This record gives sequence, C-alpha cells and structure tokens, in this order.
Amino acid sequence: MVDISDGHGLAKEGRRFGSGFPMSLRLDWNWLGVAPYLTFAFLFLILPILYLIQGAFQTPDGSYSLTTLISLSQPQLAGSYWLSIRLSFVSASLGAVFGLFLACALILGGLPSWMRRAFMTYSGVASNFAGVPLAFAFIATLGRLGLATLILRDVFGLNIYAAGFSLFSFWGLAIVYLYFQMPLMVLMITPALEGLRPQWKEAAESLGASTWQYWRHIGLPILAPSVLGCFLLLFANAFGTLATIYALTGGNYEVVPIVLFQQIRGNVLYNPNLGYALAFGMILIMIVTNSLYFLLRRRAERWQK
Amino acid sequence: MNRPPILSWLIAFLAAAYFLVPLYATFDFSLRMVRGELTFEAYRSVLSSDVFLSALAFSTVASLTAIVLGALLVVPTAYWVRLKLPRLRPVVEFLSLMPLIIPPVVLVFGYVRMYGSSSFLPMTTTEFGINLLLVIGYVTLSLPYMFRAVDNGLSAIDIVTLSEAAESLGASRFRTIVSVIFPNVRSSLVAGAFLTFSISLSEFVITSLLNRPGFGPYMVQVGEDQAYQPAALAIMAFAFTWVCMWLMEYFATRKPGQIFAPLRKRNLLKAATR
Repeated sequence: MVDISDGHGLAKEGRRFGSGFPMSLRLDWNWLGVAPYLTFAFLFLILPILYLIQGAFQTPDGSYSLTTLISLSQPQLAGSYWLSIRLSFVSASLGAVFGLFLACALILGGLPSWMRRAFMTYSGVASNFAGVPLAFAFIATLGRLGLATLILRDVFGLNIYAAGFSLFSFWGLAIVYLYFQMPLMVLMITPALEGLRPQWKEAAESLGASTWQYWRHIGLPILAPSVLGCFLLLFANAFGTLATIYALTGGNYEVVPIVLFQQIRGNVLYNPNLGYALAFGMILIMIVTNSLYFLLRRRAERWQK
Repeated sequence: MNRPPILSWLIAFLAAAYFLVPLYATFDFSLRMVRGELTFEAYRSVLSSDVFLSALAFSTVASLTAIVLGALLVVPTAYWVRLKLPRLRPVVEFLSLMPLIIPPVVLVFGYVRMYGSSSFLPMTTTEFGINLLLVIGYVTLSLPYMFRAVDNGLSAIDIVTLSEAAESLGASRFRTIVSVIFPNVRSSLVAGAFLTFSISLSEFVITSLLNRPGFGPYMVQVGEDQAYQPAALAIMAFAFTWVCMWLMEYFATRKPGQIFAPLRKRNLLKAATR
C-alpha cells in the first residue's frame, strides 16, 4: 500500500514540474549523453574491481584486516608470484631485444620495402595469435614428437628432450611467449625508430662521430625510454597471459593467473579471500608497470615534436 | 646506408624462420592423421563434429552480440564527447583503456563474485544472465579497440559541421547519429568489429570460468583428448586471425568521410568569405 502511493506521488510530482523541465533538461542533457557508457564502465569495470580489492582486506568472516594480504607470503603463493615475475621478465627481455633487432633491421637496415611490409603485416597477425591455437602450434613444433624436435634428433643427432629441454618447462614457455612478444615489440617500437631523424646522424657524422659513437651518445639515449616502456608493456602482457599456458600445461604450471583460475573454479586455496588477495596483487603489478610505461612514454615523446 | 645490410638480412632470415617454422610444422602435423599418407582427414574430422559446430555457433552469436552492443555503447559516447564534452575526454578514454590493464581472469573473478547469487543484480543465477555477462565481458575486452577505432574515424570527419547541418535540416539528435554520424564512421567501426571478432571468438578465460560452451573451452578440450585435430584447429585459427586482421586493415585505411568532409568545409568557408 505504502509503496504504491509513494510511486504515485512521485509520478504526480514529475508531471507538476513538467513545465519547468526544458531549462533544467538543457543543463543535464549533455551529461546524459555519456551516462550509458559511464554506467557500463562503473558496473562492469570499476565496481567488480573495487569489490575484489575490498575482499583482499577482509578475512572470510567479513572483518577488515591485513591477514589475508599477509598470507600471500606463504611459500606456495609467493612462489607462484616469483615464477610469474621471472617468466614475464625473461619473455619480455627476449621479446624486447629480438624485437628491437628485427625492427632496426627492417627500418634502418636497408632491407627492401616489400620485406618490411610483409613483416609488419605478419607482426599484426602474430601479436594477436596468442591463446590456445598458439599452444597447439608449438606442441606440433617443439613438443616431444614435434617436427623441429624430430628433425633435430634425426638429422642433427641432437635429442633436446634427452638434454633436459621441455616445451612445458620455464624456457619452453618463454620461447612460446616470444612468438607474440617479439612481433608486439616490433609494432610498438617502430614509431620511435621512425622518429630518429636522419639529420641527427648527419650532424653527428659531420662532427666526426663514428657509427658506434652516434648510437652510444645519441641514438640509444633517445630510444631508451621507448624501449624501456615497451619492455614494461611486454612484461604486463606476459604477466596476464593465461590461455596459452593453460592449453600447454593443462593448468599444472603454477603462475599467478593459473592459480587464480583454479581458485575461481574450485577454491583450491581453502580460503575464498585468498583469491581476492591474489587478484589484488595482480592489479597492483599491472598498475605499477602501466604507470611506469606512461611516464616513460611522456619522456620519449619529448623528442617527437 | 653505411652499415652492411648482410646483418639485416641475417636478422630478418632468423626472424622469418622463427615465425614460419611453427606454422609449417603445425600444417605438416595436421596432415598426418592417417599413417603413411598426407590427408586432410584431421580437418574433415574437426569440421564434421557436432561439438565443433555448436561451439562455433555459440561463440559466433556471442561475439556478434558483443560487437553490436559495443557499437551502441561506443559510437554515441565517442560522438558526444567530441561534440559536447571534450572536458570528459580523458576520463572516457582512460575507462576505455582499463581493460588493457586489468587481466581478463581478474575481471571475470570480479563479475562472478559481484553478480553472484547474493548480489543486488544476481546475473549468474539464470542462463540468460550468464550469457549476458559473457557478452558484457567480451564488450569490455574489446572496449579499447572499439573506442580507438571509432574515435579515429570521428577525428577524420568534421562532426561539428555535420551535426549543425543535420540540425538545421530538422534532424533530431537520434536521427543525426543514425543517418549522418554512423555512416561516416562505418568503416572504422567495421575495422574495430573485426578485431573484436577475432579476440572474442576464441576467447578462453571468461568463457571457461562462466561455464559457457564456447569455442575457446572446446579447443582446450580437443587439445586434451586428441592428437592431430588440435593442429588442424590451430591452422584454421591462424587463417581466421589473418583474414580478420586483413579486413581490419582494409576497413581502417578506407575512410569515405576523409575526402567528403574537408570538401564540405572548404565550400562552407568559401561561402562565408564571399
């Protein structure tokens, strides 16, 4: 009864103010245009993340404390963070170095332009070719019966699995990650390489600098913030990778995303709030790397005016 | 160039080998299902399986829904921010980039807990609710690409002039967006849509954690059960990604508004100075 009369009263009130609406509507209208987007972002980006962060500062009975976060330091969880960080660091370093070499060869190395176009197109595809199919491709290549494994064994007499290599180990995974990290590096660093003006090189040469001196004192210092920024993005990219590693190892390789995945599936940590703490740790690492990237990019853009 | 290009050729050759050997190996492996012969048996086996078809159908419908929903969300917002609320631009842009910072596994964890059975919006309790949550997840994942694509498209046309012209001819806001702005950003939108499609069709994490019978979980299952079919799937997925990227490039570089808008602006200026 009360509810109905309340609703009725509100509707009446709305109608009564109807005549004065256009004025106030014009003020509010502009904000209304982005309201659906902001609502969506609030409901499906901000709120779920705040919920997880709040959970990380609570114990399972709902009281606020730091015990959940502190229990991230127990060996199993700290170990998976350490593993994730090492794997991301190694794959991002390999990706950054080889990607930089390839991009330099393509842009400054005097290769024909069709080759440059082909590599750029391929990089666009390969950087998006992550996930489950990539895992399958590498099983067919470097798995126990993969083509490359067999050729190395039968033609070159090199049995890599007997020598201790496994596709499903740390270095095997790093090689797989490289398949999307390197092309991503090529795509991201290309604008910076194109921004190196030939005049700088000419000026250095006319003052008698060698190629080495040009790179040591001009080229590399200008490129450094860009390279470091791209490295950080590659790091974040590797840190969040789940599908590839899951398809490769069946979820038995305990990097942080896998542990969180298993925890969501079936509370394997026997404490629902530990999942929140894991997620909070991931968010924190992502925020730190992305903020640093942002700062470095602003520094790199100084030279691109 | 005073650096010897031999070094460049060597680097390019090694990179090409690293890129192409896994593709060749996978293709070779996918043809060896019948012992002693090279056949397309693995492809036939995959394509004729009912689970493959139903998983593909499910993911296609979910991805297309996500594209439509994403377009409805992004086009009016990007237009409105450019036209009326440039001050809000950093906020809107930052929100659109957030999915690149938050890993999908964290995002879906938040969804499952936030919209679980005891929430103010219990979406995971009904079949429809979970499917909607999946589509929302795909929209969120594609938000950075969709927003960037549409915003780039808008920057190429003179939306202020176009909007004023539409308004002076008596078009409503809705009409302006539907029949003036939308056709002008259609190419960019399609470019964003192909990228979205290639991401969400084989998406694994969100689909799997919401227990949906999508293409990503199906592929993982095949990888656990079978030997040659995964290789065939990988080749098909690679071809699919390639086609999507190619179409994206094609539509992203084709901008019908680019020639049209400056012409119009010049004519207007000429008219004003006369």
